[in-house]
Amino acid sequence: MTIEIERHKYDILVIGAGGAGLRAAVEAREAGLRVAIICKSLFGKAHTVMAEGGAAASMGNVNENDNWMVHFRDTMRGGKFLNHYRMAELHAKESPDRIWELEMWGALFDRTKEGKISQRNFGGHEYPRLAHVGDRTGLELIRTMQQRIVALQQIDKAETGNAESNIKVFAELTITEILKEGGKVSGAYGYWRENGKEVLFEAPAIVLATGGVGKTFKITSNSWEGTGDGHALALKAGANLVDMEFLQFHPTGMVWPPSVRGILVTESVRGEGGVLTNTNGERFMFKYIPDVFKDKYADNEAEADRWYVDQDNNRRPPELLPRDEVSRAINSEVKAGRGTEHGGVFLDVSKRLSAEVIKKRLPSMWHQFYELAGVDITKEAMEVGPTCHYVMGGVEVEPDTAAAVGVPGLYAAGECAGGMHGSNRLGGNSLTDLLVFGRRAGMAAAAYVKSAGTTQVSQSAVQAASLRIQAPFTRTGGENPYKLHQELQEITHNLVGIIRTKTELDDAIVKITELRKRIANITVSGNREFNPGFHLSFDLDNMLLIAESTAKSAVLREESRGGHTRDDFPKMSTTWRQINNISSFDGTQVNVSQQPLPVLPKELFDLFDPHELEKYMTPEELAKGGSN
Amino acid sequence: MARKLNLRIWRGNKESGALQNVIVEANEGEVVLDVIHRVQAEQLNDLAVRWNCKAGKCGSCSMEINGKPRLACMTQVSSFPEGEEITITPLRAFPVIKDLVTDVSFNYKKAMEIPSFQPPVGMKPGEPRMAQVDVERSQEFRKCIECFLCQDTCHVIRDHEENKSSFAGPRFFIRIAELDMHPLDILRNRKKKAQEEHGLGMCNITKCCTEVCPEHIRITDNAIIPMKERVVDEKYDPLRWLGSKIRKREGIL
Amino acid sequence: MATGVFSSTRAKISERTLRTDKWWIQPLITFSVLVAFIIYATLRAFENGNYFAEPLISPFYSPCLSAACAQGSSLLGQPFGIVKLIGMTVSPALFILIFPLGFRMTCYYYRKAYYRSFWMSPPACAVAEPHSKYTGETRAPLIMQNAHRYFFYIGLVFNVLLTVDAVLAFRNPEKQWGHMSVGTLVLLANATFLWLYSASCHTCRHTIGGRLRNFSKHPLRYKAWTVVSVLNHKHQNFAWISLLGVAFADFYVRQVASGSFTNFYFF
Ligand SMILES: Cc1cc2nc3c(=O)[nH]c(=O)nc-3n(C[C@H](O)[C@H](O)[C@H](O)COP(=O)(O)OP(=O)(O)OC[C@H]3O[C@@H](n4cnc5c(N)ncnc54)[C@H](O)[C@@H]3O)c2cc1C
Ligand code: SF4
Ligand code: SF4
Ligand code: FES
Ligand code: FES
Repeated sequence: MTIEIERHKYDILVIGAGGAGLRAAVEAREAGLRVAIICKSLFGKAHTVMAEGGAAASMGNVNENDNWMVHFRDTMRGGKFLNHYRMAELHAKESPDRIWELEMWGALFDRTKEGKISQRNFGGHEYPRLAHVGDRTGLELIRTMQQRIVALQQIDKAETGNAESNIKVFAELTITEILKEGGKVSGAYGYWRENGKEVLFEAPAIVLATGGVGKTFKITSNSWEGTGDGHALALKAGANLVDMEFLQFHPTGMVWPPSVRGILVTESVRGEGGVLTNTNGERFMFKYIPDVFKDKYADNEAEADRWYVDQDNNRRPPELLPRDEVSRAINSEVKAGRGTEHGGVFLDVSKRLSAEVIKKRLPSMWHQFYELAGVDITKEAMEVGPTCHYVMGGVEVEPDTAAAVGVPGLYAAGECAGGMHGSNRLGGNSLTDLLVFGRRAGMAAAAYVKSAGTTQVSQSAVQAASLRIQAPFTRTGGENPYKLHQELQEITHNLVGIIRTKTELDDAIVKITELRKRIANITVSGNREFNPGFHLSFDLDNMLLIAESTAKSAVLREESRGGHTRDDFPKMSTTWRQINNISSFDGTQVNVSQQPLPVLPKELFDLFDPHELEKYMTPEELAKGGSN
Repeated sequence: MARKLNLRIWRGNKESGALQNVIVEANEGEVVLDVIHRVQAEQLNDLAVRWNCKAGKCGSCSMEINGKPRLACMTQVSSFPEGEEITITPLRAFPVIKDLVTDVSFNYKKAMEIPSFQPPVGMKPGEPRMAQVDVERSQEFRKCIECFLCQDTCHVIRDHEENKSSFAGPRFFIRIAELDMHPLDILRNRKKKAQEEHGLGMCNITKCCTEVCPEHIRITDNAIIPMKERVVDEKYDPLRWLGSKIRKREGIL
Repeated sequence: MATGVFSSTRAKISERTLRTDKWWIQPLITFSVLVAFIIYATLRAFENGNYFAEPLISPFYSPCLSAACAQGSSLLGQPFGIVKLIGMTVSPALFILIFPLGFRMTCYYYRKAYYRSFWMSPPACAVAEPHSKYTGETRAPLIMQNAHRYFFYIGLVFNVLLTVDAVLAFRNPEKQWGHMSVGTLVLLANATFLWLYSASCHTCRHTIGGRLRNFSKHPLRYKAWTVVSVLNHKHQNFAWISLLGVAFADFYVRQVASGSFTNFYFF
């Protein structure tokens, strides 16, 4: 059977149309290159639309004391000093410009009294820093970028008569493979979701901006697109992933009804006085206050309750501990059998606040529970549990160029790139991360293309890629992809979840290897026309690689830090702080090796109070005072 | 508390298609998209459906449920009486691709026809100062999640294929209104274009777009009618026309 | 050739709608009430009598501008003299009804109402309309809908006159001030509803502030716009209430004028 293949030639391929991909495409087009934007769903639907809270940038509109150095410090603290310092530095320095630029493209952020962009407080940020539009900041960001692309296309149309002469969006097209010739990127291969027809893109540079990996887990706030395609494509193309053990679990996702499992319940519910209880009616968070926080958090209900009216003379309620602490506490309660039958705990605001106040202060939450769960949170408790929210790990890149280490022509930006957030991301830092590094990736890719010659994709590479796409249809009597996906999610959920132990992780690695064999035997019913079973079979392969990489990195890292908690190694280790886990793929399995984390240069080191650094660094590191 | 649902799902493609009866289990609290996914996983593996966020934020899962344009992820199964058959079809204003998936490229074409935002020449990033009250009207329209339910329900194109070339549709009327009310936009011919090129005059303000908008944007009241009034200012009101001529001549404007 | 939902590219479904609710009720009610009103108003307009009972005048006949008007009912004089058509005296109502009629015909809300219930364009959302061609309000005669603002201005004049009528109703039949009857209340209510209808009008909202680009530079007009916007949200309600209000005021005056009711005086 010979299948006709659609061919396209571009200067740069951007895989992913979220904030990062679109920003990269704009930059590459403005550098005068021809760009293809490829995405799995319709244009403007990428996962970025779901971001609510805001985009962190130290514009200092609300508090003048804010600047990039404060932002940098907050980001490093949040990541528990495992961040790549240079990425955090670039991000802190460039975020304000990236936000202001959006305004010139038509974005309408909420305003301060003086008419500047308003900024709000968020966990871990010292000053009000998040530019926002109500609770739909991600939508504003993606729509603005989408409209910027359209604006550029209109300019092209005026000049060349063809709107798509320089930027073309290939929506609902899945890339299954990155092609290389002579060790360098030469193009990508994929299929149209609509009809299953195969497409070959020839291009010397590719920017990966494929977002997160949430769908590898059973409970997640991510959409179906979060299958870690970019992570997997990069691995398969010979690039590395860094620190894949770090996943952010948000403590409060909805757990019941099943339809809404994982959907985010904003932190403000607890901020407004929401109380966590188990099925015995016990307010359990008092049991889980770590020693380091004892002086800041109330150890009895009376004091915790007083805090809401008098914050100066009382300690905060323990419900407001950092995200990872609360996630772990909920997890322990459920494991101890004190969770609800659906595996969550209760979060209740109805006892503290009147119905009107709840509807006024938490309108979208009231709406969300009322519409989706049939729960009136002014009268009843919500059922909540941790939900997989964000992956800190990702493609190992050069900070300044976003170039993937080891593969000339390959770039990665946004959630699929690693390093920037260290072991834990601060809320709001992702949206500006997308813009800062999306732009840098686009810029660097453009420079690369201008200096590198053109490449050609060989016929044999095309044939191999094509065969892989056909495979699921040629088999009969094999496995059902939906079932395998469920099994994978059970494994990650139970064994690679929030709290990990060596035995469980080892178990997971064995099970994942078994699953890999079965995935090789997937069969798909129906034909190629918009066939979700067929689509899932590819996503599944990617998710399996992610799961393997996460499990293998997690078993190695013998400490607990940020988004990685080991029951058998509950403390942070200063030695492990200096180490990145690097995943690579040899064609049959993921291998993880260790690599030293770049050392903070002196000028950045000096931004911190040495006493603070003591918690994270060895005496030798402190004595050295950063590199020169 | 599971219940059995009788679904009638439209299956087919460009050439042909029909409603197919499916019996599926639904659990407490589930939305229509959940049961479609169950059908997909257990019975019809290749049933085509678009979705992304499952939280009413991306506007992907638009379809028609019992004849009404809706988001499947925001339609509770419990809103249908026990035992009632639920009919699910693709959007009926756009060409069908397969099963519940339609070709919505019409909307992207229309988006391309609306002149983009144009800030004042020479304005630099970081300079804009805008009052909250001045951005609020446009912000309402920027809530749009591009589900295209309003486009689907608008009879101007739903019932008249031939109007598609001359009618931008409610989604793009709010886009035009957003820009015309944007404090920084300097293009001044948006009203005229709205009437002459985008088909604003074809809208007979029957408000179906407003009825179906999942974001509760008051499309007709806050965008279409104000734009119609602005068009009258510019094109049909002899007094204002005269006034603006005089002011222009005297250099007041 | 089939168009609309039956076009060749659309999903092949034979029903013109798959709605299962009673979508036809709403247009049916609108249709019935409007038709009832039109019949009543026509009968009354041609009746040419029973519209004045000192101090009450029916809103259908105010201002009464022809020499055929009942004695004492012509507040603004009788510029039209007596006009006869095929030997019959033209009812004074006919000189003025065109204005409120035009106002309501071009009202954005009523347009929706009658396009849906009379024209069935569309009868209800996602219910295929029966027409094969559609051009909306782009050409004559419907392009005249754009004259709504002129009818709005005239409507304001009528509101003033009908308010004066209500004020004049604070007199007794002997024209002495300081009295109040049920009729006073009826005319007052009628005037109030008409003001609310006008104040909530989309043109009003546009004129008072909607056309501005920068609210922040016009704080007073912004304030006014926010108030009008709140009313505007209820424009549909005011449209119906004021319509029924006018009909009821007329009916009340008619009953008093014909002697069926006695206009009860509170004081
Ligand atoms: C509920 C929620 C709330 C959040 N709130 C905030 C917040 O307030 N502030 C903040 O900073 N961050 C927030 N985040 C995180 C942030 O939204 C994401 O990290 C970010 O949007 C990721 O953007 P991206 O550009 O990297 O990728 P995405 O937006 O995820 O886009 C990925 C793109 O890649 C495409 N793609 C993927 N695989 C392929 C393939 N194989 N072939 C072709 N195309 C492919 C997809 O179609 C898509 O277009 C939130 C996340 C969630 C889930
Ligand atoms: S109000 Fe106008 S745009 Fe909206 S559905 Fe009706 S005709 Fe279409
Ligand atoms: S205006 Fe409303 S209905 Fe129309 S596309 Fe936007 S969100 Fe959907
Ligand atoms: S899936 Fe996003 S709106 Fe329904
Ligand atoms: S819109 Fe109804 S009266 Fe003007």
